[in-house]
Amino acid sequence: MSLFLIAALPFLGAIFPALLIRAGRNASASAAGLTSFLAFTGLMIHAPTILSGGVVTARFDWLPGLGLNANFMLDGLGFLFATLILGIGMLIILYARFYLSRHDPMGQFYTYLLLFQGAMVGVVLSDNILLLLVFWELTSLSSFLLIGYWKHLPAGRQGARMALAVTGSGGLAMIAGMLILGHIVGSYDLSVILQNKEAIQASPWYLPALLLILLGCFTKSAQFPFHFWLPHAMAAPTPVSAYLHSATMVKAGLFLMARMWPVLAGTPEWFYIVATTGLVTMVVGAVIALFKDDLKALLAFSTVSQLGLITMLLGFGTKIAAVAAVFHIVNHATFKAALFMSAGIVDHETGTRDIKLLGGLRRMMPITFGIALIAGLSMAGIPPLNGFISKEMMLEETIHTVWLDSQLVVPALAIIGALFSAAYSFRYIAHTFLGPERESYPHAPHDPGPGLWLSPAILVFLVVIIGLNSATVAGPIVKAAAGAVVGGELPEFKLKLWHGFTPALYMSIVAVLGGLLLLALHGHLERVWNNLPRPEAKAIFDAVIEALTRLSRTITDGLHNGVISRYAAIMVAFTVGIGYYAYATGTTGLPTRVPLEAPIIPIIGWICLVVATLAIMWFHRNRLLSLVLIGVVGLIVSMAFNYLSAPDLALTQISVEVVTMILLLLSLNFMPTETPVDSTKARKLRDAAISIVAGLGAGGLIYALMLRDFAFPTISGYHLANSYKGGGGTNVVNVILVDFRGFDTFGEIIVLGIAALVIFALAESVLSSNVRAYLLNRKPHWPQSGDAHPLMMVVVTRVMMPIALMVGAYIFFRGHNQPGGGFIAGLVVAIAFLMQYMASGYTWTIERQRFYYHATIGWGVLIAAATGLGAWFNDMPFLTSDFGYLHWPPLEEFEWATAMLFDTGVFLAVLGAVLLALDSLSRFAWQPGIQQEYPMDINPQRDAPPVPGPGPDTVIPVGKET
Amino acid sequence: MEALLASAVGVLTAAGIFLILRRRTFPVILGLSLLTYAVNAFLFATGRLALNAPPVLNKYEEVAYTDPLPQALVLTAIVISFGMTAVIVMIALGAYLSSKDDRIDMKAHDSVDAAPGEDA
Repeated sequence: MSLFLIAALPFLGAIFPALLIRAGRNASASAAGLTSFLAFTGLMIHAPTILSGGVVTARFDWLPGLGLNANFMLDGLGFLFATLILGIGMLIILYARFYLSRHDPMGQFYTYLLLFQGAMVGVVLSDNILLLLVFWELTSLSSFLLIGYWKHLPAGRQGARMALAVTGSGGLAMIAGMLILGHIVGSYDLSVILQNKEAIQASPWYLPALLLILLGCFTKSAQFPFHFWLPHAMAAPTPVSAYLHSATMVKAGLFLMARMWPVLAGTPEWFYIVATTGLVTMVVGAVIALFKDDLKALLAFSTVSQLGLITMLLGFGTKIAAVAAVFHIVNHATFKAALFMSAGIVDHETGTRDIKLLGGLRRMMPITFGIALIAGLSMAGIPPLNGFISKEMMLEETIHTVWLDSQLVVPALAIIGALFSAAYSFRYIAHTFLGPERESYPHAPHDPGPGLWLSPAILVFLVVIIGLNSATVAGPIVKAAAGAVVGGELPEFKLKLWHGFTPALYMSIVAVLGGLLLLALHGHLERVWNNLPRPEAKAIFDAVIEALTRLSRTITDGLHNGVISRYAAIMVAFTVGIGYYAYATGTTGLPTRVPLEAPIIPIIGWICLVVATLAIMWFHRNRLLSLVLIGVVGLIVSMAFNYLSAPDLALTQISVEVVTMILLLLSLNFMPTETPVDSTKARKLRDAAISIVAGLGAGGLIYALMLRDFAFPTISGYHLANSYKGGGGTNVVNVILVDFRGFDTFGEIIVLGIAALVIFALAESVLSSNVRAYLLNRKPHWPQSGDAHPLMMVVVTRVMMPIALMVGAYIFFRGHNQPGGGFIAGLVVAIAFLMQYMASGYTWTIERQRFYYHATIGWGVLIAAATGLGAWFNDMPFLTSDFGYLHWPPLEEFEWATAMLFDTGVFLAVLGAVLLALDSLSRFAWQPGIQQEYPMDINPQRDAPPVPGPGPDTVIPVGKET
Repeated sequence: MEALLASAVGVLTAAGIFLILRRRTFPVILGLSLLTYAVNAFLFATGRLALNAPPVLNKYEEVAYTDPLPQALVLTAIVISFGMTAVIVMIALGAYLSSKDDRIDMKAHDSVDAAPGEDA
């Protein structure tokens, strides 16, 4: 099976449990299990290749420009981890089916679990470090969902947040480290990086890269001093703890250290950082674990300790230590997952996992006892179980390790670690299952059904089999994985129980006897421990987070204090500043163009514009006056466009001007007519200074630009040359809009449509609030016209309506060859409708309206899209246009282009958008009773009061024209 | 002619920014409109100025054409800026009608989010 598929399967399968939960919990669990099983089978197909030392790859260039390729590689190490992830994943899925209660949303659980599984498989199969980082972050996110699965528990939410904060920030550090690594090597492909040991270790960037990557690994694998999140993550359901926190996620950091071992290991930096961290973590975790009363907390700290052990082995940097590390990864995954599951069973069946409330369960829960006994003894390092073999290998390695010229430090501390780990393992067994039976437990304990004990039973079976037969059962896979870790020849090693009377054996014996002694003395030790002052990790973490939150709040509130005009001032000042910087540091050529002559007419226009603009600034408190002045400015801008050879722009500007004015007038109807004085003199001066500098900058820039020729040849020549030949139109601006850059225009009409819908939605929400009551009872704040519908205006607009529509049609049809087109025609037709609104009133117009604006926008966009798609049927790219010439006998030959159809879409979208915007605003003005009389309609009630009682003559002819 | 256009752009920009920095919604909307003119004229002018040379092809004789591309860009910009103005007007109106206040700056206590509850 392709590696792509193996990595993708869990993600694809993640949909099904959530959907199938409606068909029952078994269906949901089966879908999850089947997905894992398929991926597992696909993986196992590659087993012969991998175990004989081969490597399977699958490559796909995703974003080659960034060096981000979806390359996957399956070697021994990846195979070992993928086997653990998928294999234990299946057992967890079975276990969780019976562990979760009826009230837990099981579909969600399996979906999260499969997402996590996919992310983990992705991490271990990635052959590109950027891709690996993507999956790495996904594991953090999906584990956040899993840890916080019981959303109703505050501990669950807090634990999930803490895990995400710690592992997520470590992940960020790792991104930086990986980027440095890729930079040193010049490639982000793992297989390339692994070939460049000398280049990396000689680089001055080696230490920063190493520190950053290790930060990511240590946080993920809960190494001291980042170990504190793991016990808090135990608030997750036990299947999650068993999966994430024993077998998979916390091993991701180890995986990465192993993966990078060939290029990063072997230096003193590596040895002292990694081995020391591992050693400290091992001892600290083991000591704390002995004094934890919560079964899962005990196991969590024991996991911390065991992870420290593996980290230490990787840190030694010798090949045989790497073999021991790989072997212990396998062993730890088997016995620890089984132990977690047994703790879950105890919790599930007795209702508590407080070790102080337990004891004497061996008769009531014999199967569970058997599982916990074997797994616990393996953890303690008792022969003939698998934990014994790898622990002895570890002890053997410590003897050969010199730490700061001392041969004793490492072995001594290792014995202490092993001793405490034997002690907590014995305590887990003894205080839970042995001892006298209690009078009462929270629930009456009994063994669960096979659904719960089958998974851990399979794991303890492996514990025994690997222990008795390590060379045959685990030998090949350990060999393949360790070979991949060291990236070369492995030294001779034998996985076996009996190595003879070696120092390691004596150390093991000391550890076990010492562990028994500690267990015996546990009561006394606990009293001492409880009286020791200890730092509480959660309190420290919370305090740090609180301090950071306060800091960020201070900064945010300082910068972002809600004074929006200040943001605008800062933005403008900054823009001017960088503009000046660019000007000051860049080079400017001399003017190359001769300025055009300025005749008297443009000078007059210029004077009008400047005077109007200055008057707006001066009189801007009088809002109506400033609107009138804005209209003047707009008109002069349109004329300037026309004068400067841009007839299309002039037409567009002048139609938009009309619509904008109506819009602003309508809105002013509801707003204060005067702007009060808010600003102090100093502030005005400051604002004036900013705006004058900005104005000088903008004016100076465009002046300099206009007097110089283009620095590069423009593409306009192409448009001019091909407009007629390729687009079939002589109005180049229109051909650019509907043909050359049709895709832009398509986007623009969509934006316009969205803007209109936003306006509609805003109006809806405002009108459905208590504003409506205010509007209904509002008294206009200025005198109203005596005649709401002046006769002259009504007559003129109704006569003009068909003419205006015809002008719109004319402008539309000529658009391809002469100034005009869909945009302008849409605006003109919209104005034709608006005239009716103004003259005859909103209600009158709406009653005669035969189309909906929303639908008009929708049709416009759809027609434009359909035109674009039509090109596909001719095997052309989206929006390729076509044109031809038609000749209908009585008419002249005329041209027909698909661009015309596209322009129809533009027309409709613009029309609908403009009308919807103004219609939404008009609805604010609607008041009941305002429309008693229809303009120019004869109302028989006007002269005579209505005759009481119903009769055919007294019916008011609503909306009926004569 | 270039000097006229450039100075007009400068004046419009300055007036627009001055009004944008006011504290009520309506002047800000006016300022945005003025700034829109300035920006459109600016973009249009990047195609350099030409008289009597509209980019409409003449089939009968060889004539000069001005740069059509900035015109096409500005044409859509004009229409889109109408949409933007309309949205802002509606937001301003909704805000004014809901709060009876047309200041654009938030009040001091609005700017700070409510203090987070203990693991809410």
